[in-house]
Amino acid sequence: MTSPVLSPERPVQPPESAGDGIGQDARDADRWQDALAAAALFAVDPVGLRGLVVSDGPGPVRDRWFRHLEQLLPPDRPVRRLPAATADDRLIGSIDLTATLATGRPVLQKGVLAEADGGIVVIPMAERLSSGTAARIATVLDRQEVALEREGLAERLPARIGIVAFDESAGPDEAMAPSLLDRCAFLIGLGGLSLRRLPAPLPDRSALEAARARLAVQPPPAAEVIEALVITGASLGIGPVTAPLLALRAAAAAAALAGRDAVTIEDARLAVRLVLAPRARMIPEDMPEPEPDADPQTPEDHRPDTPPPDNAGPPEPPPTAEWAEILLAAARAARPEGLVNRVTGDSSLRHPSRQSGGGSVGTVPTGGRPAGTRMGTPRSGARLALVDTIRAAAPWQALRRSERRRAGGDVPDDRILFHRTDFRIQRLVRRRESTIVFCVDASGSTAFHRLAEAKGAVELVLAQAYVSRTAVALVVFRGQTADLLLPPTRSLPRARSLLAKLPGGGGTPLAAGIDLAVLTALAERARGKDPLIMLLTDGRANISRDGVARRPGAQEDAMEAARHVARNRVDAIFIDTAPRPRAEGRLLAEAMAARYVALPYVDAERVRDVALTAMSQRAALSQRAASPAGDR
Amino acid sequence: MKIPFPFAAIVGQDDMKLALLLVAIDRTIGGVMVFGDRGTGKSTAVRSLAALLPPMQVVSGCRFNYPPAAAGNCGQSCDEEARSHCHDVDTGAVPVVDLPLGATEDRVVGALDIERALTRGEKGFEPGLLARAHRGFLYIDEVNLLEDHLVDLLLDAAASGENIVEREGLSVKHPARFVLVGSGNPEEGELRPQLLDRFGLSVEVRTPSDLAERIEILRRCDAFERDPQTFLAHWGPRNQEIRELIVRARERLETVEVDDAGLEAMSRLCVATGADGLRGELTLMRAARAAAALENVPRVDDRHIRRVAPMALRHRLRRDPLDETGSVVRIERAMAEVMDA
Repeated sequence: MTSPVLSPERPVQPPESAGDGIGQDARDADRWQDALAAAALFAVDPVGLRGLVVSDGPGPVRDRWFRHLEQLLPPDRPVRRLPAATADDRLIGSIDLTATLATGRPVLQKGVLAEADGGIVVIPMAERLSSGTAARIATVLDRQEVALEREGLAERLPARIGIVAFDESAGPDEAMAPSLLDRCAFLIGLGGLSLRRLPAPLPDRSALEAARARLAVQPPPAAEVIEALVITGASLGIGPVTAPLLALRAAAAAAALAGRDAVTIEDARLAVRLVLAPRARMIPEDMPEPEPDADPQTPEDHRPDTPPPDNAGPPEPPPTAEWAEILLAAARAARPEGLVNRVTGDSSLRHPSRQSGGGSVGTVPTGGRPAGTRMGTPRSGARLALVDTIRAAAPWQALRRSERRRAGGDVPDDRILFHRTDFRIQRLVRRRESTIVFCVDASGSTAFHRLAEAKGAVELVLAQAYVSRTAVALVVFRGQTADLLLPPTRSLPRARSLLAKLPGGGGTPLAAGIDLAVLTALAERARGKDPLIMLLTDGRANISRDGVARRPGAQEDAMEAARHVARNRVDAIFIDTAPRPRAEGRLLAEAMAARYVALPYVDAERVRDVALTAMSQRAALSQRAASPAGDR
Repeated sequence: MKIPFPFAAIVGQDDMKLALLLVAIDRTIGGVMVFGDRGTGKSTAVRSLAALLPPMQVVSGCRFNYPPAAAGNCGQSCDEEARSHCHDVDTGAVPVVDLPLGATEDRVVGALDIERALTRGEKGFEPGLLARAHRGFLYIDEVNLLEDHLVDLLLDAAASGENIVEREGLSVKHPARFVLVGSGNPEEGELRPQLLDRFGLSVEVRTPSDLAERIEILRRCDAFERDPQTFLAHWGPRNQEIRELIVRARERLETVEVDDAGLEAMSRLCVATGADGLRGELTLMRAARAAAALENVPRVDDRHIRRVAPMALRHRLRRDPLDETGSVVRIERAMAEVMDA
C-alpha cells in the first residue's frame, strides 16, 4: 500500500561529512527522493498544490523525473506545454478563424490554460515569463477558471490545472516571477544529479488513484497540524500565509498517499521538508520563540467571530509545541545549502553576485504590445486583426451579396465577402524601454558623497519611471571588485530596499566597473531594452583587471574596457567627478564614444537631468527614424 | 463558477475592509486601490464585496444597467426584442465586474455585434465591460500590469462617467459610472500616476505577522476549500449583518454632519501634507462621513478623520524620492501637528 517514494523516515542526519564523495552521494539520493516524493504528492492533488518548480536545465535527469510524473497522472489528463513567450490569444483564448468564417458567428478557440483543464501545464524556461504572463497564470491558478474578455467573446472557462515550471535561470537576476513561485507548493532542484547513480522510480498509478479517492473524503485536519505548520513557517521566516496553506495540502496528500485517513506528524514532516524548507529564510538553531519577524505593524486585533481556541498566545499547550519542534527539526535537516536565496522569490533577498550582470544573452521576441487596430493590409509581417476585419465587413454583407448577384456572380449564403478596405491590422506599439546602468566609482574619500548622490539620482529617475519607461541598474566599484548593487528594475520600493546599505572606500577597479556595466547593458539589450551607461568617476584607475594595485596597468585596462563600450555601440555618458577635471576623463570618454560631462560637485538632480535629457533625445531620434516606415 | 469567500470571514486586514465598506456606502468617494504583498487576500476581499451590496433596481433586461427612471428615454437604439421589457423593473445584484488582464479593447468599451451583423445584416452595438459595470464596481486585479491603451480608455470613462464609442461605423454613447477597484503589488511595476489619482482611497495590506491571526487564516481557508457551502452557510448571518450595516449607513449618510472645526481640520491636514488640490479634501470629507455613518453616529468627529485620513491622502502626497519616510508616517505627523494642537 505504501508507496516506496514516500518515507519521511529516511535518516535525516545533518550532512556532517560535507565534501567527501559518500556524503555527496547520500545527499544526491536524498534530493532525488525528494523530487520523486514531490511529484507523487503533486500527482495526487495538482489543483490544490498549484504547481511544482524544478530548477534545472533540460537533461536526462529532468526528463526521467518528468516521465515519472506523467506516469503518475491519470492517462486521460491533458498535459499542455506553454512556451514562455506565448501571446494572449494562445494563453487565454481567441476567436477560431475557420469555425467563425464557416458558421458566420464568433466561435471560441480555447487557450492553453483552458485546454489543460483537469490536467497540467508545463512551462519550460519559466524564468522567461513576463510579469504579465505570470500574473495571468497565477490568477488562473487561484480562480481555477479563465476569464476571457477578448475579441467579442466573453466567457468563463473552467481551468482546474496545476503547473510544472522548469526554472532554467542561469543567474540570480533572471529568476522566475515571484507571483508564480509563491503559488507553487514544491520547489525542487535537480541540478548536478547524475542519472547513473539514481535508482529508477517505480510509478504506481493505482496507488495514486486510491490516494485521490481517499483525499476526497479526508476529514479536516486536527488543530495541532494547522498550528504547528503556521508556527514552523513563521520560525523559518516565511512571509506569505500561502506557504503553510500549501504545506497543509501537501500533508493531506501525503496522508492519502500513505493510506491514512487523517494527517499524522509524518505527513506534516514530509510537507515541511518539501514545501516549507526550500523557502526558509532563516533556520533557527534551537527551538525558537515562536515569535514572527519583527514587523512594526501591530494589527489591532479585533476579530469579530469564531474566537480561536484559547491557546492562541505564545505559550502553546504541549501537543502543538511538540509538533512544531519536530517539524522544525525536519526543516533543519532538509534545507539544502545555497537553495535559499535562489528560490525564495523574495527580491530583496536576491543578492547580486559578482558576475550576475551577465545573465544569459539571447534574443527575446520583440513584437511590441498590442495597441488597438487600424486600417491596412496584412502584408510584410503585419498581423491581421481578424475580428475587427470581420466587424468592418459585417454591415456590408447584404449589400455586397446583392450587388454580386446582380452582377451575375454566385454567392453562397455562408460566405463572407471582404473588400480590401475591410482589412484591419494589429497595431503594435514597440515602446523601446530603456535601462540606465549607473556605474559609480565608490573608491577613496569622496565615495560616500558620490554614492549618496548616485543613489539619489537612481531614485529620482525611478520616481518618473512610469512616464519615462526607464529601468535603472546600479553598478558600484571599489576595493578590488565591481558589484551589481541594483539589478535592472523599475520598481522604486525594490530599489530602496536594495540600496539601503552602501559600501564605499578602497581602490579604484575602474576596468572591472566598466566591464560589469557593459555586461549588464548587453544583457538588457538582449531582453529588448535600450541600455545607457552613465559612468560617474574621476577617471583615475588604480586597480587593474586582475585585482592588483598597479596604476599604469590599471589605467590601460580601463581604456581597454572603455573601448569595449564603443565596440558594442552602447550609449554612454561619462560624468567626470574630479574636483579639477584632468585628461584621463576625456580620454576615457572618447574611448567609450561617450558624451562627456564634468560635474565636480555631483548632485542627484543634475545627474538625473543629464540622464533624462539623454533618454528623451534618444527617444526623439528613434521616433524620427521610425516614423516614415509607419507602424510596425 | 467559484464561490467567493465570504467577506465576514476575512481575518484582519481592517484597513482594506473598511475602505471597501466606505466606498460601498458612498460611491462618490471614488474607488479603492489595494496595494500589497502576494497572498494577502486582496482579490479575495474585493470579490467578496459583491455579496455585501444591497440589490439595485434596473430596467428589465437592460444591457446598459439603466435605472427604471431612464426607461424609454435612454437614447439607445436596442432592437425590438431587447426593448420589449423596457418598462419592466428587475431587482438585481449590483454588478462587480472583473476586467481581466488580456482583455481586448472591443470587450472593454463595446463594439459592433459581429453575430448580428453577419447573420442578420444589422448594425448593432454589443456593450462591453464598461456598460456592464455601470452603477456597480469595476475590479482590476494586477492593475499595474494592465496595458497602457486600456488604461487610457478607463481614465477617459472614469473621468467623464460615460463611454463614447466611435468605431466600425457605430456611434454610441452610454453612461458608465462605476467605482474603480484595483489591486496590485508595487514591486511588480509602478502604477501610472494618472490612474492612481482616480482612486479615492488607497490602502496597503501586509502579510499578518501575528501568529494567532495566521493560524486563523489557515483554518478558515482550509474549511472553505473543503466545503464552501457549509462555510458560506456558517458565515451567512455575519455577512447579512454587514450588509444591513451598509444599508443603514447609506440611509444615514445624508444626515451626517461635519462641523466647521472638522472641515477646518481636514483642509489644514491637506495643506500640511501637501496633498494636491480639492480632490483630497473632498475625498477625505466623504470618507469621514461614510465612516461616521457606518458607526451610526450623527456627526463626524476627530476619530473618523484620523481613521480615514491615511487611506484618503497617502497616494496624493507629492512624492519626494529622497525622503525615505513613508507617506502614512508623513500623514500621521501632520495629524499630530494639526489635530493635537
